Amino acid sequence: MSRSKTEAKRPTQRSEMSKWQWTWKEMKRNKTAYFMLAPFLILFIVFTVLPVVLSMILSLTNFDMLNIPDFVGAKNFTRLFLDDEIFILACQNTLIFACITGPVSYILSLLIAWFINELPPKIRAVVTLIFYAPSISGQVYLIWKTLFSSDSYGWVNATLMKWGLQSEAILWFENADYVMPLCIVVALWTSLGTAFLSFIAGLQTIDRSMYEAAAVDGIKNRWQELWYITLPTMRPQLMFGAVLSITQAFGFGAVVDALCGFPSVDYAAHTIMHHLSDYGGQRYEIGYASAIAVILFIIMFGCNIVIKKALSKVGE
Amino acid sequence: MAQKLRTRGHRVVLNRSKGGDGGITFLLVILGAFMFLPMYYVVVQSLKPLDELFMFPPKFYVIDPSFDNFKDLFTLMGDSWVPFSRYIFNTVFITICGTVGNLIFASMAAYSLAKLRFPGRNAIFQLIVMSLMFHSTVNQVTHFIILSAFGWIDTYLSIIVPSMATTMGLYLMKQFMESSVPDTVLESARLDGASEFRTFLTIAMPMVKPAWLTLIIESFKGLWNAGASVYVHSEELKTFNYAIGQILSGGIARSGAAAAATVVMMIVPIAVFVLNQSKIIETMGSSGMKD
Repeated sequence: MSRSKTEAKRPTQRSEMSKWQWTWKEMKRNKTAYFMLAPFLILFIVFTVLPVVLSMILSLTNFDMLNIPDFVGAKNFTRLFLDDEIFILACQNTLIFACITGPVSYILSLLIAWFINELPPKIRAVVTLIFYAPSISGQVYLIWKTLFSSDSYGWVNATLMKWGLQSEAILWFENADYVMPLCIVVALWTSLGTAFLSFIAGLQTIDRSMYEAAAVDGIKNRWQELWYITLPTMRPQLMFGAVLSITQAFGFGAVVDALCGFPSVDYAAHTIMHHLSDYGGQRYEIGYASAIAVILFIIMFGCNIVIKKALSKVGE
Repeated sequence: MAQKLRTRGHRVVLNRSKGGDGGITFLLVILGAFMFLPMYYVVVQSLKPLDELFMFPPKFYVIDPSFDNFKDLFTLMGDSWVPFSRYIFNTVFITICGTVGNLIFASMAAYSLAKLRFPGRNAIFQLIVMSLMFHSTVNQVTHFIILSAFGWIDTYLSIIVPSMATTMGLYLMKQFMESSVPDTVLESARLDGASEFRTFLTIAMPMVKPAWLTLIIESFKGLWNAGASVYVHSEELKTFNYAIGQILSGGIARSGAAAAATVVMMIVPIAVFVLNQSKIIETMGSSGMKD
């Protein structure tokens, strides 16, 4: 680890001692740094790192909160993939859900941020608020339940009936055909969050003179501008936004629960996250639930690695 | 390329076509309507008197607006054995404690990671970035085990304490400190004999006010919107959001009251955001992740 020039207190000459001695000395010299980090780090380790590690260990056992756990090897995993049809269904649903909401929300955030970038500041602030508000307003998505209410007081049913497209009310959230698309729409509605703001900010920091220089160099339209200048310049924001979008795409369980109840009709909107809560929170099969959690971790990290690779190709 | 540049004064006019501008405006209006109308409908519903709630077809406007739904909120849940104000208190209490704790702990950690160089710094930051990559609900089962080992199940602590170590705020604060607090300023404070903690408190913190606000809204957003927690089962510890769900399950007659509760709930974070929008965008300017 390199030392910055700015540290004047008791400089240590690295060459005089072994690596471990040097590290120890540096640690002692930076005592304050560790003290300042400690409160956060301890909580972070206890409530974030430890649960992950514990999941990995418990996934290899048959722990049930009551008896002393036995080591069962990969049995939980083989059971998941070979004997649990609902898990396979949950995997399909999760992939459909995440593969639509993740990319669509990401692209939408980026496009809208880009569209509004050239608006006058006051108008831009208002438009930003309109797009961002649903993501910070908590359970406001419950209004979709009123709009798509299963009786004729729901706006959608009433409109369909008034126009004669439908003779009786549709039970939107109790129909396996409609549950998934509806949840996706609502999830997208709430999804323009921190990534969206990050894109707006990223676009704001790009120097206008870069575009002028590009115009001189023969960039012909706004799409070329976007691809050759805007996107490569804001690659760090694109990366940050991607991480958040992936995380979000797998975390819409609460939206689904609130709209469709749990379990959803015919498991039509049952995701891996629901399967996890089911086994962990209801049936107390902690070992089995941990195996589900481990699979989710692998999927999320896998997505992050793939996206990182893809983003490094932007603007080439 | 033999393209003729258009100029106005000394500025190059950028490549913009009328068709493109029109298309973009059109798309923005469509998407904006999709985002805005449901929010608008909540407000309309909350102002509808009972007879208008039962009107067919439901209207997108109010004929005779009234605040009865808001007044009803306090009487509606009167027969449940926890007074309605208790839910509000719980939400406010949890939000304030968690946000203040997060602000203090995360700022100290952010300063340490951004401005001090010590063994393990990179590894710790990598770990924090990794934590942004998965949704915390994946951890719910083992999280529960840990909370019960502490004996914190069914207490405020089960929600407040873990929220103090939310990594998003720390990440944004650290990135912002790196880009906007110059090392030379800190160095001159140290040369004047200020301790590291004092430098942090009196020099660095006042320089990163926009990041505080961003951290506050990030933390606030999570806690304020916390619904029924799986770690809390006593009625008197449950949140306002949980109460909204209960009201709504009362059906169409209650939908006005539920909308009123939702309006109360959404006004606060929206107000916080509106007041601080420019600061938050400023902080986000340094939010990028280097690969």
